[in-house]
Amino acid sequence: MDMNELVVLFIGALGIIFTYWFFLGKKPSFAEATGGRGIDVIVEGGYSPEVISVPKRKTTKINFTRRDSNSCLEEVVLPDFKIKKYLPLNQKVTVEITPEKEGEYPFSCSMNMFHGKIIVR
Amino acid sequence: MVQTKTFSIQGMHCASCVRLNERALKHIEGVQDAVVNLATGKATITYDPQKVSEELIQEAINSVGYTADFKEKTEDEEKERKTKELNDLRTKVLVSLGLASLIVWGSFPGLVQTSPDFLQDFLVQFLLALPVQFWAGLMFYQATIPALRHRTANMDTLVALGTSVAFTYSTIVTFSPQMVSQAGIEPMPYFDVTAVIIGLILLGRYFEAKAKAGTSEAIKKLIGLQAKTARIVRAGKEIDISIDQVQIGDIIRVRPGEKIPVDGVITEGESSIDESMVTGESIPVDKTRGDKVVGATMNKSGTFLYKAEKVGQETLLAQIIKLVEEAQGSKAPIQRLADLISSYFVPVVIMLAIATFVGWYVFGQQSAFLFAMLNSIAVLIIACPCAMGLATPTAIMVGTGRGAEHGILIKDAESLEIANKINTVIFDKTGTLTNGKPIVTDIVTSDKAKVTREKLLQLAASVEKGSEHSLADAIVKKADEENLVLDPVTKFKAIAGHGVEGLVGRHRVVFGNIKMMEREDINISLARRPLAKLGEQGKTVMVLAVDGKLTGLIAVADTVKDSARAGVEALQKMGIEVVMITGDNARTAKAIAKQVGIKRVYAEVLPQDKEKIVRQLQTTNYKLPTNVVAMVGDGINDAPALAASDVGIAMGTGTDVAIEAGDITLINRDLRSVARAVDLSKKTMNIIRQNLFWAFGYNIILIPVAMGVLYPITGWLLNPALASFAMAASSISVVANSLRLKSVKL
Repeated sequence: MDMNELVVLFIGALGIIFTYWFFLGKKPSFAEATGGRGIDVIVEGGYSPEVISVPKRKTTKINFTRRDSNSCLEEVVLPDFKIKKYLPLNQKVTVEITPEKEGEYPFSCSMNMFHGKIIVR
Repeated sequence: MVQTKTFSIQGMHCASCVRLNERALKHIEGVQDAVVNLATGKATITYDPQKVSEELIQEAINSVGYTADFKEKTEDEEKERKTKELNDLRTKVLVSLGLASLIVWGSFPGLVQTSPDFLQDFLVQFLLALPVQFWAGLMFYQATIPALRHRTANMDTLVALGTSVAFTYSTIVTFSPQMVSQAGIEPMPYFDVTAVIIGLILLGRYFEAKAKAGTSEAIKKLIGLQAKTARIVRAGKEIDISIDQVQIGDIIRVRPGEKIPVDGVITEGESSIDESMVTGESIPVDKTRGDKVVGATMNKSGTFLYKAEKVGQETLLAQIIKLVEEAQGSKAPIQRLADLISSYFVPVVIMLAIATFVGWYVFGQQSAFLFAMLNSIAVLIIACPCAMGLATPTAIMVGTGRGAEHGILIKDAESLEIANKINTVIFDKTGTLTNGKPIVTDIVTSDKAKVTREKLLQLAASVEKGSEHSLADAIVKKADEENLVLDPVTKFKAIAGHGVEGLVGRHRVVFGNIKMMEREDINISLARRPLAKLGEQGKTVMVLAVDGKLTGLIAVADTVKDSARAGVEALQKMGIEVVMITGDNARTAKAIAKQVGIKRVYAEVLPQDKEKIVRQLQTTNYKLPTNVVAMVGDGINDAPALAASDVGIAMGTGTDVAIEAGDITLINRDLRSVARAVDLSKKTMNIIRQNLFWAFGYNIILIPVAMGVLYPITGWLLNPALASFAMAASSISVVANSLRLKSVKL
């Protein structure tokens, strides 16, 4: 193995570690719904915030606004609440949920590429 | 940032309305300009979205007595935007594939000799590839950059990454070939690869978008069924109003060939109504005063007036739409694995691409760098997370939509998935297998009494007219059907559990069961044989005696639905065991079961015990550890049993249906729909399995091939351009496979 190969091997290993850390090791952005106020979620290259904490047995409004023209994000699906909504570009779309049980409920785009989570407490 | 918005204003009819609305809109803080057009009924405002909300606009418009409608315009705008997007995409596909073919012509071994010299020039190839990479391929960057900001990645990230690597390398080759030659590599650009990849992936997207639009067709069709206006009668005048303004209690006129606007009950007139679009039943139903009509169904022949009972979101159609939308938003348990994989998929593919590069660079023989680069690009391009993401939802969408077209409403994807495993179906008898309304089936006159059949019925109906017993209705109705005139009855008496008696003219008429005859000391020995025979058939028989003498018998029975036998047989043909459950006595139960072809019967079951039988059947199966049991009932009386079963199937009686009672609701009366629902579920699940098998198999096999694992054995490598073709074909094939459900026969 010559020097070039060693360098490529080293950079490659770093690249793999970096990819893992960058995509899988991130701390998701978080927001909490309190006092009956809704939560605004910006849909642009994913969901911000990605993790939403909502109270049990209370109706919470989640307002999605899509700013990303990527067609992958044009629908949001909250399967546990049987909600699938089309998100027109730059328009606020409100989804109301009244969770009965504590737990984690994922949501995603319709192609299941971008993910978020609702934590019911 | 200032934005403009256009929306409808309802209720305007003169120029002063325009001024009023304009003034109201301009008074909202944040609205810079407002223009209202009377001819189009629309307002356009220029406003600050930070300060102005739709609620504020609505409030302002309401304050001057009008209503703003944002929905209509928004939907139109969206539709326009989608069409434009699709047209733009088509242009990009055509341009990029056109440019790509020129580059391929000028660079592909074998073709290059036939091409004009200028196409072989690297600079020309660069100029041709430039718009493909940054104009047609802009969408990949537009999606990748915000995603990377969020530390997420998707399909676009892979395409952007793969093509950028190839494009950057090719650009270096074009502008400083010596840099590449110094590294011992022949300076050869790969603009053909980048352009072909982008062109083919965009082509795939174009077809995918078109096919995906087809998956939501059913719901669009349902929404399109809604009538736009209603002709209501107010203060003796008939006026056409928008469907949104119809209120409960409004009297609506419907003429032949018109759509019925909302749900209600006929108050005057009669007609034949085609309800197929809502219930899936193909034969038009005759309706008259007192009958219910459903919004969005089609009036065929007569003109009638009816009273609106349900409007807006309460109508049957609105509820069907809501249910189908909810089902399409739910997730099937089979999708769990795909979900789990998709959250790691793209980062793992990027890591595999890096590993491929390193592997080829370190262990490759000749031209190691080129092999390393091309193979890692192939890995990025071949990976198709889209197929996995599309596999289940598209099939669920088409499947639930197809069901709705046939009056089969599936509550969620989970119910659809479980329904495919049903091996036992329990039918409730009364109202489900039978019509639930007793009718007169036999009229037997006594040879000795010398009365006609009509006279016997007329006498029985005359005394029963005053009775409140459920069987009395059947007899009076039969007499009515035969246009018999009933006699007045005096000294009427009803004896609970026995029957009725009274004086018709000067004759004393007694009508009731055997106990009644014994009580009255009437000799019925001559009627013993027909009594026994009719009883065996599960019919309720009543005896009529005039002046103490046996005159004849009338048998009343609940009749089985026309589709019952065929419905049961269809399930049995699928290898499903069919069971009947009823609170009725064993003799009646057996008679009905025999008629419909059911062998296993649970009779005299109290309503609260039906649930126990369901649980018993779920656990006691000699063939399988657990049984998947479906319970078919009316959804009202059988709610606990429906809930206890694995799949509760609520059967409507025509358009009167408890829509959320079951996991599956059948709006039509046709019992064959139960087998159809199971069939639909099986077919949908088959498609999902095929899709998932394809999506997983494709990635599991082709990613390693792209990495070059077959190279040491067979010498096979995957050209990145070919990889893009496979990737595009993969996601289209999944959607196209789901669309096959649209044409399955139910």
